[in-house]
Amino acid sequence: MAVLQFREALKHAIDEEMSRDERVFVMGEEVAEYNGAYKVTEGLLDKYGYRRVIDTPISELGFAGLGVGAAMNGLRPIVEFMTFNFAVLAADQIINHATKVKYMTGGQADCPIVFRGPNASAGQLGATHSVAYDSMYAHFPGLKVIYVSEPNDAKGLMKSAIRDENPVLFMESEQMYGLKGEVSDEEDFIIPIGKGKIKREGSDVTLVAHGKMYHLAVQAANELAKDGIECEIIDPRTVKPLDLELILKSVKKTNRCIVIDEAHPFAGFAAEIGFLIQREAFDYLDAPVLRVCLPDVNAPFSKPLFDAWLPSPKQIIDAVKQVSY
Amino acid sequence: MAIKIEMPKLSDTMEEGVIAKWNVNEGDSVSAGDIIAEVETDKATMDVEVFDAGTILKIVPGEGDAVPLGGLIAIVGEVGEDISSLLDNDSSSAPTNSSPVAEDDKVTKAEEAMAAPTAVVAPSQGDGRIKASPLAKKIAADKGVDLNSISGSGPEGRIVKKDVETAQSATSSTLTRPGAPAPMASSTAKSFSSLASQEVKVSQMRKVIAKRLSESKFTNPHFYETIDIDMKAAIEARTQLKDKLDIKISFNDIVVKASAVALSRHQAINSSWMGDSIIEHGDVHIAIAVAIDEGLMTPVLRHVDQKGLVQISSETRELAGLARDRKLAPEQMEGSTFTISNLGMFGIEEFTAIINPPNACILAVGAIRDVPVVENGAVVPGKRMKVTLSSDHRIVDGAKAAEFLNTLRSLIENPLSMLL
Repeated sequence: MAVLQFREALKHAIDEEMSRDERVFVMGEEVAEYNGAYKVTEGLLDKYGYRRVIDTPISELGFAGLGVGAAMNGLRPIVEFMTFNFAVLAADQIINHATKVKYMTGGQADCPIVFRGPNASAGQLGATHSVAYDSMYAHFPGLKVIYVSEPNDAKGLMKSAIRDENPVLFMESEQMYGLKGEVSDEEDFIIPIGKGKIKREGSDVTLVAHGKMYHLAVQAANELAKDGIECEIIDPRTVKPLDLELILKSVKKTNRCIVIDEAHPFAGFAAEIGFLIQREAFDYLDAPVLRVCLPDVNAPFSKPLFDAWLPSPKQIIDAVKQVSY
Repeated sequence: MAIKIEMPKLSDTMEEGVIAKWNVNEGDSVSAGDIIAEVETDKATMDVEVFDAGTILKIVPGEGDAVPLGGLIAIVGEVGEDISSLLDNDSSSAPTNSSPVAEDDKVTKAEEAMAAPTAVVAPSQGDGRIKASPLAKKIAADKGVDLNSISGSGPEGRIVKKDVETAQSATSSTLTRPGAPAPMASSTAKSFSSLASQEVKVSQMRKVIAKRLSESKFTNPHFYETIDIDMKAAIEARTQLKDKLDIKISFNDIVVKASAVALSRHQAINSSWMGDSIIEHGDVHIAIAVAIDEGLMTPVLRHVDQKGLVQISSETRELAGLARDRKLAPEQMEGSTFTISNLGMFGIEEFTAIINPPNACILAVGAIRDVPVVENGAVVPGKRMKVTLSSDHRIVDGAKAAEFLNTLRSLIENPLSMLL
């Protein structure tokens, strides 16, 4: 096991896949000369040259379209968005082209592309730069959506994403790039898409949390353990396809579930999990499924308002206590 | 302005009341003083009066539902008034979580109810539904536990897994589980068909009996002294009253009268433990245990030491009748300083009774037996009756109890001395 930063784990995954498969190339704003806005692609230009590490203009729709075309023609592009907040400009290429081309051509064209970049908020960046998009993209058939929380998952799942024959959205966080964690040094380490992980075992309540929210869940669970409440934390790692089986197994054990999600509540990831649990594990619920997520309000800029807006360990603890009777 | 009608305190020991009967329906007009409902308390069935004229806008509990003291039972006001705030206040009086926990749907009714973790009421709510979690329902169905018999510990009295499991472990030894194989059944052994056990809902009265007598038995250090009383003279006195004056009194009346006289001479027995003091009561008020179908009532005869046998006899009959009809007023059941329980009519030779708080002692009266006794060196037929005094050792010591019993015996054996 090596201790790597999140950004290093991603770079190792991309590097390994680029050296394994020459069809893999990286494209995006500042990915080459500047070594990446967040240094995820550091050193790749020197290693693979301009042909495979390509700086683009500030034109998300344009280079996303370029990527989709390349994928349809047999290459395996990794398109970096400086943040998924900017990928909204490329949404037509992602939603209408990448996700639908195989379906609309009756399987004649594949689109094996990875769109990656940081997702959701990263401090006081204002309403347009603070949105978690994983729930929204997971809405569309034909897309896989991954939002990881730890370096090890980042590496194993990035390699799976690059090898997948379908378009995959791979989401990260500005606030996690410096996060260190043990990463498997197993040769060709792969984590399959669609497999969640029980990251903390507990018998009293199930917490489902992915991405940045996973770390809040850990803090809350540590606090709650002092009061004798043992949380089981499940990191689904992949939003879609969802490892529902793992969640259900845990809920059947604890009979309680709190979903922590960095998105707005309406029709979000937490809403979907709540629905699935009541449908599949109705007779195992001893309390309603609750969620801790953003309010139905855009991100405020003011620090106190922002802090109140973002989910916190305190909110998770309160929610757990509400169902602990 | 709509007004809430809450469960009134109809007796000193009442903690909740069961709506026995509604006399009104939603939409009915009422005027001040109307009796809108009958409520079964731990002691009696009482009328609930309305103090304001208006229209019954809402009836909350159904007949048979238990409501804690102060709980909302109805709302009176003018037709068309918005009473939602009165109802909401009732459903979650506990403060809701002020932190911005999540989401807009925090304000939905279900989660608002969730935020009141302390509100534990009887499972049966106003709409007659039993609130139970899906898991609790499934476990109850699997194990054949009746949710009606369980009170919920979750928010708003919701029955959760823990409640069903607790109830199940409490009853599993006696209840037949549907679907469970008969343990003894085999092809060779004679089979016994199991008759279904039934679970009986605990009445208000039984709850109170259970609570008060458990408290008494587990808190008051009881000790018991039994004395055998020669009843020959008492029997003669009773026969003479009947034959010559056509006055019918019972042996119990004689015991009550004798006890009252003995109590006035032994104040320690006629007292109450108050924690850091002992009250020696000036008056002698004797509670008589009356068995009724649903349980037991203890109407109180007042100032017994100052009353004659005839008055004692007629008052006892009257109170016992009221008790059997459950028509006793609360004040007719309060303020006793001593209690007498008589099982002589069932042929019970002797027994020990549990002290009726806040009394210091209770007298358990047995049957009058025909026994051989030795008189002047010869065995002759005699009449004897055993009485057992249960005493609270915090107040009464063995010798004090013995002195009282000796006085009592002497009074009963020499009825004339009661006149002194």
